[in-house]
Amino acid sequence: MSAKQKSESAARVVPADGLDALIRALARAGYTTIGPRVEDGAVTYRPVGSAADLPLDMVDEQGGGTYRLRASKGAGYFAHVVGPHSWKRYLYPPRQLMWRASRARSGFAVEAPEPAADKLAFIGVRACELRAMEIQDRVFDNGQFTDPGYRARRAAALVVAVNCGRAGDTCFCVSAGGGPRVEDGYDILLTEFPGKDHTFLVQAGSARGARVVKALRGGRDAGEADLRAAQRRTDAAAKAMGRELAGDAPQVLRENLEHPHWQRVAERCLNCANCTMVCPTCFCSTVEDVTALDGSHAERWRTWDSCFTTDFSYIHGGAIRRGGAARYRQWITHKLASWHEQFGTSGCTGCGRCITWCPVGIDITEEVRALAARGGRK
Amino acid sequence: MAKARKPKLAVWKFSSCDGCQLSLLDCEDELLAVAGSVDIAYFLEATRAELPGPYDVSLVEGSITTPHDAERIHKVRRQSKVLITIGACATTGGIQALRNFKDVDAFIGAVYAHPDFIDTLAKSTAIRDHVHVDFELSGCPINKEQLLEVLNAHLNGRKPNVPAHSQCIECKRAGTVCVMVSRGEPCLGPVTQAGCGNLCPACGRGCFGCYGPKETPNTTSLAAWLANTQGLSQRQVRHQFRGITAGADAFRKESEAHD
Repeated sequence: MSAKQKSESAARVVPADGLDALIRALARAGYTTIGPRVEDGAVTYRPVGSAADLPLDMVDEQGGGTYRLRASKGAGYFAHVVGPHSWKRYLYPPRQLMWRASRARSGFAVEAPEPAADKLAFIGVRACELRAMEIQDRVFDNGQFTDPGYRARRAAALVVAVNCGRAGDTCFCVSAGGGPRVEDGYDILLTEFPGKDHTFLVQAGSARGARVVKALRGGRDAGEADLRAAQRRTDAAAKAMGRELAGDAPQVLRENLEHPHWQRVAERCLNCANCTMVCPTCFCSTVEDVTALDGSHAERWRTWDSCFTTDFSYIHGGAIRRGGAARYRQWITHKLASWHEQFGTSGCTGCGRCITWCPVGIDITEEVRALAARGGRK
Repeated sequence: MAKARKPKLAVWKFSSCDGCQLSLLDCEDELLAVAGSVDIAYFLEATRAELPGPYDVSLVEGSITTPHDAERIHKVRRQSKVLITIGACATTGGIQALRNFKDVDAFIGAVYAHPDFIDTLAKSTAIRDHVHVDFELSGCPINKEQLLEVLNAHLNGRKPNVPAHSQCIECKRAGTVCVMVSRGEPCLGPVTQAGCGNLCPACGRGCFGCYGPKETPNTTSLAAWLANTQGLSQRQVRHQFRGITAGADAFRKESEAHD
């Protein structure tokens, strides 16, 4: 089915209260609805029960190492861009039990719990976040290797995407190879038209999405003019990107593995790992074994890990990457360059989280530019 | 089959508030399991019964602040197969190490009616500065889960899961919003070792650094950001690093750079 036919089959323009109806319909269909909420001064992804839980008329101002929310009358439900959380938290939880073992009469009885795959509905997924999911699909479910927990959670999750009508100050999805316009990979796609006549264009992208959209009452079927209006919203956001990633980033990095600039980054880098924790594609994990005091019971847990720690590169005899220069170089060259060879795509979606949530505002786009400018590019 | 002898555990106190020893008593449900796995041979806060050394595992709380302490810690070391220090005092000198930056005689003169009764050292120092330490568990107070993990690991012959990475990792795994980025709150999280369960950031406060410096802490960069971007004065930057773990090398050097 072409995109046009699909949208004609289930595309409606509904008044703003249709959003609440949508959330409630998903809950009735057995989904736990997760969406943006204001929490401790930021927009995070938490369970939402109705549209009233969403950050209505809130706009985020972001920069290197800074994030502030402010009220903006008439801005709508999705005027913010991305915050410190990503959907990775739900598809690839920070802490997962791999197996538990109990001492039996002879040996051990090992039990690996079936991965829980609750029916979650993600509300307000941005284009960059859909790309992040597609990138993590290639890591966790790529034909060669499959993480059964990830695959089950991903299959169970229903995606309500939203087109960005605004770009943030640290956004650069356009130059990272994506765009603020959601093209594919959603069950339901929303485009918000805030203001006096506050409406949503609601498009279905899957059979299960279409069932929900068709059941929405009120409003009218969408026409060509509505689709064009949606396009104008994302076009405006695309023109307002706060940052830009150099197109030749992979080459710049590959050609400058030895460069004094790495040391200059290291002088600022805290090795705190915030960039990797907030990155929606970073996937590294470690495992920890815990034991009962009397040795009768043991468990193996998998937790988020980061290439910015000493333990991460520890092998017999010591750690390979002992300081900030080696760790930052590892992270950025993997993310922007060697990820291509490994997974056939860049590891960066241009969401800008690593810039905003770096406590000292280190900017991935600026570091690439600095390497290129300082005589790096031949 | 003869029952294996249970390892003998001793808990020692030096200059400290007893809070870390309390963490052991605070283990509640697990305390029975601990008592079942070891012989509590010396633990004055819990029992007057004293069994003579040597001890398989000694937990040492507190810092060295008097000539008597400095002598006694060697006796403890000699009687202990494994010596584990617990808490900010034992691992960094504790809050009482603030005197290391001042003239201790002036304090004694100002505080005590008979200064000549007071026999104290000029500095409060970590146990590591006096004897060999097998494992250091930091925190003010220590986290009881981590204490159990350390005991457990030693009893089961494995490495304790006590990561040396930043507090930020703990905050991010928990989903806590960064107080530094979202509200400009000064926070030592990026240079502090995780372990407390991100207590302060989860309550909207910056990290006080109770767990001491993490591995490879870049205090210089954090201090520069606090001063240049968040507008802290030299004095305020100094005070950030001069708290409960002021005596830890990395924090001491950074605070002295802002004297």
